[in-house]
Amino acid sequence: MILALDPLYLTNIGLAVVLIALLKVVLAFAIVLVAVLFMVWFERKVIADMQHRIGPNIAGPWGLFQTLADGLKLLMKEDLVPEHSNRFVFKLAPFLAIVPAFLTFAIIPIGGNFESKGGSVRIFGYDTYLQVADPPIGILLFLAMSSIAVYGVMLAGWSSGSKFPLLGSVRASAQMVSYEAALGLSVLAVILQTGSLSTHEMVADQAAGGFLGFIPNWNIIVTGFVPFLIFLIAGTAELNRPPFDLVEAEQELVGGFHTEYSSFRFAIFFLAEYLNTINMSAIIVTLFLGGPSGPVLIEGIDWAWGILWFLVKLFVFLFAFVWFRATLPRFRYDQLMDLGWKLLIPLSLGWFLFLAALNIGNDRGWNPGVVVGVTIVGGFAGGALLMAAIRTARTERISQEVDAHG
Amino acid sequence: MSEVIVFFFAAAIILVGAVGVVVARNPVHSALFLVQTLFGVAIIFLIQDANFLAAVQIMVYAGAIVILFLFVIMLLGVDSAEELDVDPIAGQRPLAVVLGAALLGVGLTVVLVAAKGITGARATAGGEHALDNGLSDVERIGRVLFTEYVFAFEATAALLTIAVIGAVVLTRRAAAADMLPDREPASFELPPLAPAIDEEEEH
Amino acid sequence: MTTVSDQQKLSYIAAQAADARVNLEIESEGMTLNLGPQHPATHGTLRIIARIDGEQVIRADPVMGYMHRGYEKLTEVRTYPQVTTLINRIDWLGSFANEVPFILAAEKLMEVEAPPRAQWIRTILFEMSRIANVVLFLGDMAVQVGAITPVFFAFRDREHVLNQIESVTGGRFHPNFDRIGGLKDDFPKGWIDETRQVMKKMRRFCDEIEVLVMDNEIFQARTRGIGVIPADVGLSYGLSGANIRGSGVDRDLRRDNPCGLVHDQIDWKVWTHPDGDSFSRFWVRLQEVRESTGIVSQLLDSLPSGPVMAKVPRIIKVPAGEAYVETENPLGAMGYYIVSKGDLVPFRVKIRSASFSNVSITPWLLQGVYVPDIITILASLYFILGDIDR
Repeated sequence: MILALDPLYLTNIGLAVVLIALLKVVLAFAIVLVAVLFMVWFERKVIADMQHRIGPNIAGPWGLFQTLADGLKLLMKEDLVPEHSNRFVFKLAPFLAIVPAFLTFAIIPIGGNFESKGGSVRIFGYDTYLQVADPPIGILLFLAMSSIAVYGVMLAGWSSGSKFPLLGSVRASAQMVSYEAALGLSVLAVILQTGSLSTHEMVADQAAGGFLGFIPNWNIIVTGFVPFLIFLIAGTAELNRPPFDLVEAEQELVGGFHTEYSSFRFAIFFLAEYLNTINMSAIIVTLFLGGPSGPVLIEGIDWAWGILWFLVKLFVFLFAFVWFRATLPRFRYDQLMDLGWKLLIPLSLGWFLFLAALNIGNDRGWNPGVVVGVTIVGGFAGGALLMAAIRTARTERISQEVDAHG
Repeated sequence: MSEVIVFFFAAAIILVGAVGVVVARNPVHSALFLVQTLFGVAIIFLIQDANFLAAVQIMVYAGAIVILFLFVIMLLGVDSAEELDVDPIAGQRPLAVVLGAALLGVGLTVVLVAAKGITGARATAGGEHALDNGLSDVERIGRVLFTEYVFAFEATAALLTIAVIGAVVLTRRAAAADMLPDREPASFELPPLAPAIDEEEEH
Repeated sequence: MTTVSDQQKLSYIAAQAADARVNLEIESEGMTLNLGPQHPATHGTLRIIARIDGEQVIRADPVMGYMHRGYEKLTEVRTYPQVTTLINRIDWLGSFANEVPFILAAEKLMEVEAPPRAQWIRTILFEMSRIANVVLFLGDMAVQVGAITPVFFAFRDREHVLNQIESVTGGRFHPNFDRIGGLKDDFPKGWIDETRQVMKKMRRFCDEIEVLVMDNEIFQARTRGIGVIPADVGLSYGLSGANIRGSGVDRDLRRDNPCGLVHDQIDWKVWTHPDGDSFSRFWVRLQEVRESTGIVSQLLDSLPSGPVMAKVPRIIKVPAGEAYVETENPLGAMGYYIVSKGDLVPFRVKIRSASFSNVSITPWLLQGVYVPDIITILASLYFILGDIDR
């Protein structure tokens, strides 16, 4: 049974259970759609504030319905398919972009009382988790979906039959594929601590215990910050958001992969992009910040506190992504690749090995000091080797060039 | 019952995809059909309770390998239909027909004539690693990979690394002229900044 | 002439390597990328036809003339006072500076000299239009690298300068204020103190940009060592202004050839930077804005009294002859060559605009760079389309 972890499916599966499952799906769908509406508005307002502008303020109170108005406008627009495009793929691509975005949200626990009830809530007499599905492969679904999300961007650019989108999609595919490695390696550090792939178990694991009574047992602390930072950077790159938005770099590639898209197809890409931003923030919260776990302050409405904590934590990262966008300049393609391959991947791999060594040392009862010392020495030796290799290659390249031309 | 429905659904996906890969004229369409087939296989894995394999199937095959195919197709600009009238290797087509027929025949023979037949029942009795020993599939795969087959596992890793290095070395051109220009920063020293103009001075 | 450092030579060589690479490429035949004339990053209608291989530019050809307005020809049917209305629109961000060299050239032919106060005010407005112009560059450069915020700060603070220019001349963008023999008017009341405050604000803006943009590591990674122009190459392409000073050539017409402006009366410094890359051009411009605010403040302190207009006839007829006056405008050296036959209108005017020469280096400079660098290098060369196409 795929969904065996959720207590809902441990009872006899009858009509009520199916209805509750359906309800969860519909609710999740609605929640993310509304969240996107507000995310777009929020981003525009915050950036406007940072840039001494007002931002949207006409449609609805404080311009809240601006996104809705924009979406309606896009619906009404003419649907253009470029003449040199590959029509079938061109029409398929937006859907390839949005389906993984929706699916990822399914594994995110957005609420539940992790203090005393193991993260489940009671709906219509049935105990269930506040997440659409809790498959045993859990976080792997997120990695799988983020690797599928490349198709949308890549095929959109290729099928447009135009040069700027093609450049954008070539960049996108290389960028997303290579940053997935760093992303996966930093997720591995979390899996190593939790011992489970299930997102629910991860949250439950972080909700338990803590240091000194008030420092929570969050993975961000347990894994030692480095995987969190790598995940944040690689996640931003995976989202194609600034400073890694080379895929749609407006100044160079006009609109990147979606240059040729208009009307509803463009709206779908736009939706997918913001869905991914929300998903990524939610995944960060789940992996590193204990998801919806947090103290229940008023006993009567214990189901509400999980959702509240989750939203608060989510908000921090949504704001951070907006902040990045308002502040940072964009990397160049080769710099991005350098950062990914020469820094993030070796670092996350090294850190993962370090954590693994600590865990094994713990199991075998080795002296922790010796383990840390040996791994640090090993890490530095490996790092030095890597640096030396990179430097040698570079000097050789330059000297060859000077020999040839100088 | 539900398993059968899902199986036939998945089988349909796989077959349509597999036929599509061969039939489609545009290489990008072929690659997309291949992705469809891979998804179908992932579903089959899922109904066999091989969750991990399903996820890896999608991540590695659909998420990395086919992306690489597409990357190459896009970069080399093979976006026009291939010339189908010319046979690159003489006698390729008749040979393909014969081999395909032979493969089909062998497959059918196995299915229809094999002593016990294909029952679809799961293997319940196994050797050392019986399938239902209370562990999840991830743990079982992990255990088998890192104990019994650890040598093969490490050898595969080494082989792949060697292959990558070999590919890099082979494709790297020796002449300096065709190296990418590496524009080093001209200097890393900032010249001194302008002295702050004293606010009082002007009044 | 400054010497070229080894590092610069290396970059110079590396840029040429791309050329050699072209014919060796087997698999990929490359493609032609057409940037513009409609493209978000070319500030108008400059078109760059780039032959690219992957992300690397093999050759790039700028195509100009999409905004050609024929000013040189139009001046032949305008009386001398009318010409300033036209040439205001050459470099539309620093429009007053466009008028100055033309008026100076006409004055040279007529052998009149503006009274000292007029010269002072001319220089003040000249420097203020430089600030209004270059401030926008400081913000825009960040946008071209991908940071969207600084340009809004630039627009916000440029407004202060434009307000001051407006309250003197009546025009925010096209002052049309300079006259042969002096200026249309004097400063309004209270203007001097307000301007001092504005100059302080601009200095604060420069500090802000320094922290926000120049110190940013990504910005440095995107501009350092990118688009290196060695001094000799720059000079042979006729680069001027901050572009050539960014390559370490100590050449500034304000100091070297004051001709009618009063930069020699005060204490200021010409900034140069030895690197010659995009970053150094940005750095030099930032220092120049600072320096300009200092120049304006100093000039306000030493402003002489007196009339702002010399005695010139009501109907201006310029005596027959030829004159060429070049000044250091915001974008670089700008000059007018006027041929007069003693008429109400010039017989022929040749406009030497800075951007035209500055952009002409792009085929050399863009060789071997990556596609995103096209944008940053073009931004760092800082051209105004009106200044290229006239």
